[in-house]
Amino acid sequence: MAETGTTFAADGAEKQFRDGLNRGEFNIQQCASCKKHVFYPRTLCTNCGSPKLVWKRAAGTGTVYSTSTERYKPEAGGDKNIAVVQLDEGPRMLTRITDIAPADVKIGMRVTAHIGEADGIKLIYFRKA
Amino acid sequence: MVHPLRGQTAVVGVGLTKFGDLPGKTHLELLAEASYAALDDAGLKLTDVDGLFVSSMGRVFHPLQVAEYLGVKPSAIDGTNVGGSAFVNAIQHAAMALHNGVCNVALIAYGSTSRSDRKSGTPRVGGNPNAGVMYQSEYKPMLPVGSYALVANRYMHEYGMTRDQLSSVAVTFRKWAQLNPRAEMRGPLTIEDVSRARMICDPFTLYDCCLVSDAGAALVMTRADRARSLKQKPVYMLGIGSGTSHDQIAQLADFTVTACAMSGPRAFGMAGLKPKDVDVIEVYDAFSINPILFLEDLGFVKKGEGGAFFTEGHAAPGGKLPVNTNGGGMSCVHPGMYGMFVSIEAVEQLRGNTGARQVEGAEVALANGNGGLLSNQSTAIFGTAATLGAEARTTKRASAKKVVKKAAKKAAKKAPKKAVKKAAKKSAKKAAKKVAKKVAKKAPKKAVKKAVKKTAKKAKRR
Repeated sequence: MAETGTTFAADGAEKQFRDGLNRGEFNIQQCASCKKHVFYPRTLCTNCGSPKLVWKRAAGTGTVYSTSTERYKPEAGGDKNIAVVQLDEGPRMLTRITDIAPADVKIGMRVTAHIGEADGIKLIYFRKA
Repeated sequence: MVHPLRGQTAVVGVGLTKFGDLPGKTHLELLAEASYAALDDAGLKLTDVDGLFVSSMGRVFHPLQVAEYLGVKPSAIDGTNVGGSAFVNAIQHAAMALHNGVCNVALIAYGSTSRSDRKSGTPRVGGNPNAGVMYQSEYKPMLPVGSYALVANRYMHEYGMTRDQLSSVAVTFRKWAQLNPRAEMRGPLTIEDVSRARMICDPFTLYDCCLVSDAGAALVMTRADRARSLKQKPVYMLGIGSGTSHDQIAQLADFTVTACAMSGPRAFGMAGLKPKDVDVIEVYDAFSINPILFLEDLGFVKKGEGGAFFTEGHAAPGGKLPVNTNGGGMSCVHPGMYGMFVSIEAVEQLRGNTGARQVEGAEVALANGNGGLLSNQSTAIFGTAATLGAEARTTKRASAKKVVKKAAKKAAKKAPKKAVKKAAKKSAKKAAKKVAKKVAKKAPKKAVKKAVKKTAKKAKRR
């Protein structure tokens, strides 16, 4: 049997990412072997399988890859935007674009990240750049 | 070499319950009713069942529950849940278990009270299957519809598909449903009705979304040798392919390409067939964008032209490539997971039992299950007895011409030159038939096998 030994840190990628968010940092992993960026946080590189994923600060910039408006009645909070943003590092993430009417979010729009909170959990949102 | 699973197993029985509002029934009762019907259809009994393949949205020990409820003591049991495609994916598992002698009679079954549960506010056992997915669930997206909507918007952005083209999908399936007495929604439906209906999640209106039904469905499989002695005309499993691309929607690499681009070539490769060999298609139409993507990714329509394909009526009754002949999940039935129904309609079409909606002369049918948020695609290709064996394959269709030509060249070495020349002069189809017969008779088996292998390889590459 091969042991994991010192390959992996005591805290998993998930905790490390959340700890970063709580400090106000949006961090992203980059594979030391193939140089691809990985998001959401992983244990192994999804491109090459390497365990050598190194944290770095995300640029926090990206482009709207797709967007939609979820229709809710006014009493249920009204319409909401839902979007997938392609980070400038490459990976995509689900998010919501804030501070804009849902229908005004367009595919290809440049956006920048900000950290918000929902139900006590820090989350990454974006607004128009 | 012909794939070892090709044509080795067959669907011998199918069973359906009533569809719609069935508040007086439990999910297990619906599953058991459909199982009884499918076994009766096959001329088999519950006591013959020794392979059980089921799947539930939230019940972790569902296979155990079903085995106990039916009183079955299976030697092969499986409850893999890859979403609504699970029941097509299960055909792969059942075929492997049957072919390897791990079981002899496989029952794939499902029952659901989705509609009654929604009406009565009964919470789903096991909760929301889309809950607890980190980096997705925390944003509380409207799921599953939101993920398909994001895909549809990206597709429309890249390929310029119009709202009315998208609407033609629901309209096409409604036309089929009008020919199916069992379908839940049979009233008229126009492009305008769909485009102008209440918006749920852009670009989807109410009619872009599938139904929510109570229903049960079941399917029985055996090895091909046993199938031939049973009550119904066997429908052979020629090819099965499974493809998995992601779980949460943001991880789908290209929003315009589904895992059908993997499952399709795998299924066609096993079957030794190509898209143009298929007579009728049944796909999981959870949302109107699905059939467009699936037809493209399975190789039936060029990427970006799926919308026009529906608008031009090619998939509708009388069209060149009938799709969702039962009315689909949008107009026939959709009990939470629809995977059973694509296979059952494919089988019914190949039996030639579907009345007004029958596709004349259907010999090859493709069923595609969709699971999760476009996450898993499972593609099954079924065929009648005529599609079994290399000869049947090469004689049946013009698409097999190349195989025949190659086989004919090899055969020419042994067969009299005259016969080959004469055959070559005749129409492609006729020639194919004649040559193939000669090939079968005179050519060494190797040549035929080699030719078949080449088609399989080509299908893989697509």
